[in-house]
Amino acid sequence: MSATTTDATLAWDDVLAAFDPVLGLEVHVELGTNTKMFCGCATEFGAEPNTQVCPVCLGLPGALPVVNEVAVESAIRIGLALNCEIAQWCRFARKNYFYPDMPKNFQTSQYDEPIAFEGFLDVELDDGSTFRVEIERAHMEEDTGKSLHVGGSTGRIHGATHSLVDYNRAGIPLIEIVTKPLRGAGERAPEVARAYVATLRDLLKALDVSDVKMEQGSMRCDVNLSLMPKGTTTLGTRTETKNVNSLRSVERAVRYEMCRHGAILKDGGSILQETRHWHEDTGITTSGRVKSDADDYRYFPEPDLVPVAPTRETVESLRATLPEPPAQRRKRLQSDWGFSDLEMRDVLNAGLVDLIGETVEAGATPAGARKWWSGDIARRANAEGSTDVASYAAERSITPAHVVELEGLVTSGRLNDSMARQVWEGVLDGEGSPTAVADARGLELVQDDGALEAAVDEVIAANPDVAQKVRDGKVQAAGALIGQVMKAMKGQADAGKAREIILAKLTS
Amino acid sequence: MTTDLTRASAAELADLLTSGGTSSVEVTQAMLDRTEAVDGDVHAYLHVDREGALSSARDIDERRSRGEQLHRLAGVPIAVKDVMATKGLPTTCGSKILEGWVPPYDATVVSRLKQAGMPILGKTNMDEFAMGSSTEHSAYGPTRNPWDLDRIPGGSGGGSSAVVASFQAPLAIGTDTGGSIRQPAAVTGTVGTKPTYGGVSRYGLVALASSLDQAGPCTRTVLDAALLHEVMGGHDPMDSTSIDAPVPPVVEAARRADVTGMRIGIVRELTGEGFQAGVQARFDESVQHLVDAGAEVVEVSCPSFTAALAAYYLILPSEASSNLAKFDAMRYGLRVLPEGVDDPSAEQVMAATRDAGFGDEVKRRIILGTYALSSGYYDAYYGSAQKVRRLIADDFAKAFESADVLVSPTAPTTAFRFGDKIDDPMAMYLNDIATIPANLAGVPGMSLPSGLADEDGLPAGFQILAPATADDRLYAVGAALEQRLHAAWGGPLLAQAPDLSTSTTKGA
Ligand SMILES: [Zn+2]
Repeated sequence: MSATTTDATLAWDDVLAAFDPVLGLEVHVELGTNTKMFCGCATEFGAEPNTQVCPVCLGLPGALPVVNEVAVESAIRIGLALNCEIAQWCRFARKNYFYPDMPKNFQTSQYDEPIAFEGFLDVELDDGSTFRVEIERAHMEEDTGKSLHVGGSTGRIHGATHSLVDYNRAGIPLIEIVTKPLRGAGERAPEVARAYVATLRDLLKALDVSDVKMEQGSMRCDVNLSLMPKGTTTLGTRTETKNVNSLRSVERAVRYEMCRHGAILKDGGSILQETRHWHEDTGITTSGRVKSDADDYRYFPEPDLVPVAPTRETVESLRATLPEPPAQRRKRLQSDWGFSDLEMRDVLNAGLVDLIGETVEAGATPAGARKWWSGDIARRANAEGSTDVASYAAERSITPAHVVELEGLVTSGRLNDSMARQVWEGVLDGEGSPTAVADARGLELVQDDGALEAAVDEVIAANPDVAQKVRDGKVQAAGALIGQVMKAMKGQADAGKAREIILAKLTS
Repeated sequence: MTTDLTRASAAELADLLTSGGTSSVEVTQAMLDRTEAVDGDVHAYLHVDREGALSSARDIDERRSRGEQLHRLAGVPIAVKDVMATKGLPTTCGSKILEGWVPPYDATVVSRLKQAGMPILGKTNMDEFAMGSSTEHSAYGPTRNPWDLDRIPGGSGGGSSAVVASFQAPLAIGTDTGGSIRQPAAVTGTVGTKPTYGGVSRYGLVALASSLDQAGPCTRTVLDAALLHEVMGGHDPMDSTSIDAPVPPVVEAARRADVTGMRIGIVRELTGEGFQAGVQARFDESVQHLVDAGAEVVEVSCPSFTAALAAYYLILPSEASSNLAKFDAMRYGLRVLPEGVDDPSAEQVMAATRDAGFGDEVKRRIILGTYALSSGYYDAYYGSAQKVRRLIADDFAKAFESADVLVSPTAPTTAFRFGDKIDDPMAMYLNDIATIPANLAGVPGMSLPSGLADEDGLPAGFQILAPATADDRLYAVGAALEQRLHAAWGGPLLAQAPDLSTSTTKGA
């Protein structure tokens, strides 16, 4: 048996024909607490290096940790939201290894007594089906410092002339969420991986425990993958791909590793148990550190901390603070709002759920809210490089109340639909509220029935053939006449009313 | 009242200061002069802070003259074991690896001394990282026993006990992981208390074994120990293992010195065989004194104590191997570049520094602990040791059902000669056979002088152990015994010690 790290890949269909993938995901989430896990230092992102440090998080001789209670509460809430059991009693453990960005040369983590264990998260896939991801555990730990390797071409330690260490990140509270080995995903394994991370991200966001920004590293994903030859049940050797820090990368990394494993196994080779690095730009993984039995972290219970023993009352009171699960909330809103699946997906993809919810709350119809927030403004936000409509609108002080006001102008009969579009354009251009824009632009339906009747008479007289068709019972022909009337009125007429008058004159 | 300030007890000095009979500057200067005269021989100090001590003394005298309400011990100077972080003062733990390190923060105990207005005279010598029973493992040379300069002063806190025994300070802070306060007290004819685990904050105490370490007072009288215990003790939110309760009424107990009706338990496993005849004889006499004072004697058996030493030498090295991992040359202390390596990696610098900076005993224990925690050995070593630890706690619990305190000789022998046990770690470890069980169970213990052994004329120690948080019982029993012994001796035992200032030619 020869272990190999060749970069050859097998075609996707050939992989699926011969193997079943087994997937495991480890997600690290930085909690959004104001202070670190074991000291009172601030956790603000992007501060000057080594300004948010103290004897505790620098690991100075004699300093001792004290558990951040808010972090423990967040961990319990995450566990509950993942349908986990919450430990009655658990301890922190020391994970011992040497690295310059580890101030104490051990990481305070949890080992065989995680705060939360045995849960699941149901993940909705693109075809509408649900995949249940079993959760093995969620445990608390502290982040390490951050090394910056200077002087090399790659930014990696290899080839660098020196390294700088920033301990601001050391001691930031982390929750590591580990799935059980996920079998049975088959060809959907890449999609399941992405959907799981996306669902988890939405859940953590709804829990308000982290800003879950993958691009800033506040949510980091490691992908474990192995293949089993079809028809067998023994787990193959797995690789652990690190640094997979976008949803798209999660999907691509799973697919790539499946194809890479497939090529090795197909040739009769064996997979090397190792850490691999994901490269976003090239879409491949490269060999990292070889894992072996020599990796021994010598875990033992952290003697400087007392056990965490949340009472059942505490757990239940934290359960009461859980928000409605995002998937359940989406289903409820879709039915409340009467949106089709397609409409709902568009709204979700555009990140408009909350904005539409607020607008409906403020008095608009769901259809109206969807229409106004997903049209012109979405195009503008996109064109101007804004991340989402909500923040684009907020930056320009365009509020749900504006949409409600605009809808009111239409239902009260002051504006017709095309006039309303012009008014919204004005609002987006910063010309003020819908009423102010309508006033300034002189947009108002003509309410004078005399003028409208005169226009109808003129149009009937000018189009005797069409008028005759209507008289003969072809009511749909009235559309052409209405168009003429609106043209004559320069658009400032109520088309419905014009229709009424035309039909009254020709069919009674 | 004595006119030699260096011979006065802390309680006497406190009274003199309050009555205006002396000033803190006078007292502090007397101590510094004494150090000048005798410490060349004794070598109790690693660092003397003449200026700092005098400046605090001046400050206190000034505040007193303004009529400010001061702490009872305000102005009484004190020495601190070099294992406690002192802001602005070197803290080496007796190791080369911390040479030159000046902590940017104070240990909680040190802050409390400063708040009480006690001038800090300097930092006392110790076995490197508190590993040893003789101070022969100090990287800066041993401390000599004031009773016989050719003999060890005990360890690891030989410096703190010797500084008190040689009248260079009335008070010192020690730390006790397996007997490092009590065994030096025994062999130097002084008093030392290891409080209940959690009774005194460990914040700023450079950890040897986190679950065993406890700081406590080193003094010449039981009352002085109680006064200092009261200053040091009490809850500290910076130490998670600190007990959230008031300090037991130790001073009151020491003043009342009442043992009427108290049940004194003699531990069968900690007496007789293996104990030097003179040590055993003084112990038996002391027990008789307590009976004369109204106590009742019972015999108890603690069979698991025979396994205590073995368990201790697994738990201590395990925790120490992890606690000492932070000394890696990356952030503070010694940095040694490996010889013959052009462009050394961080790991190579760590290895070279640790090789040069740690002494043999420290290396021995790091290796032992690393081994004991390794996967595959953890259950057999660390796991079994934890079980023994529970059995020892059970033995204590059972013994305290029939006895209010337990007593034994503190150490099996009087002070041995330098070099006698340095090459025989097991013989050295056996010194702590009677003191270790208290650390494993977290219960408080005290050693006070029981007299001089007939065969060598050197001090022997009497150990008292009490249930957790009942530290006051140590002081009741200790003070009652001390009263009767002083009466029998016609004064304190240390009055019989050789006068160092007239015999300065003798050296090891
Ligand atoms: Zn900090």
